[in-house]
Amino acid sequence: MVVDELRDAELDRLFQAFADATRRDIVTRVTAGEYSVSRLAEHYAMSFAAVQKHVAVLERASLVTKEKRGREQIVRAHHDGLQRARRLLDEYESIWRQRADRIADILAEG
Amino acid sequence: MTVISSHKDAKALSFTVVAEFDAGVERVWQVWEDPRQLERWWGPPTWPATFDSHEFVSGGKASYFMTGPGGEKSRGWWRFTAIEAPHRLEFDDGFADENGDPIPTMGTSHAVMRLEAIDNRTRMTMVSTFDSAEALEKVLAMGMEEGMKQALGQIDAILAGSKVG
Repeated sequence: MVVDELRDAELDRLFQAFADATRRDIVTRVTAGEYSVSRLAEHYAMSFAAVQKHVAVLERASLVTKEKRGREQIVRAHHDGLQRARRLLDEYESIWRQRADRIADILAEG
Repeated sequence: MTVISSHKDAKALSFTVVAEFDAGVERVWQVWEDPRQLERWWGPPTWPATFDSHEFVSGGKASYFMTGPGGEKSRGWWRFTAIEAPHRLEFDDGFADENGDPIPTMGTSHAVMRLEAIDNRTRMTMVSTFDSAEALEKVLAMGMEEGMKQALGQIDAILAGSKVG
């Protein structure tokens, strides 16, 4: 199961990455297409260095990839990492499906 | 099927499930309000829940434990942050140590539960938001002990059976 596949450290990085609104916004943007760090920085009221730090956190969590192109650093979505986050929530969904089924059982008794 | 839809927002770490039940709103509210009914569905059959306290008022706390297949116990707590019977319930949900005291490092999730009448049925909308990896991981470890499909498919037969009240 997913929990076994994911090391604790990976999970921590994943959740830490998603815990910040700017980072979530960066992920949303790069999911739609690649961005250079400097173009990303235009969207936020913070320094280039601060945006670079957010990108680094996302990179460690395998949610984005970064590559050098000339003088630019290009950021792209890392789809496997996003899939993993989604799978965790899939597991959680099945718990609620089962709970709803048990509630229905109780209600059926009257 | 009981569950009619669910929505996962991986980026916001939130999860929404919408279920419809063949009973009135007041009746569905009872499965949350009455700890004896609550403990019959909160934990899976392999990790049944026992609520040893359940102060069902805004600001009140609930304390429960779930017992695993090997007799191991996992404790949890709720803090009710809003109760508007019979339509809205909000609570924080976290893990507790063996004395029932919250373990802050384990993180919490926040749940918002709403009930609305749809003809003679009730729609339950549940939104859970996580704040830590450990909380979700531990919840998963317990919930997944049970085969995913085990409980599915039972409902329609049960709902088709005779109902009292």
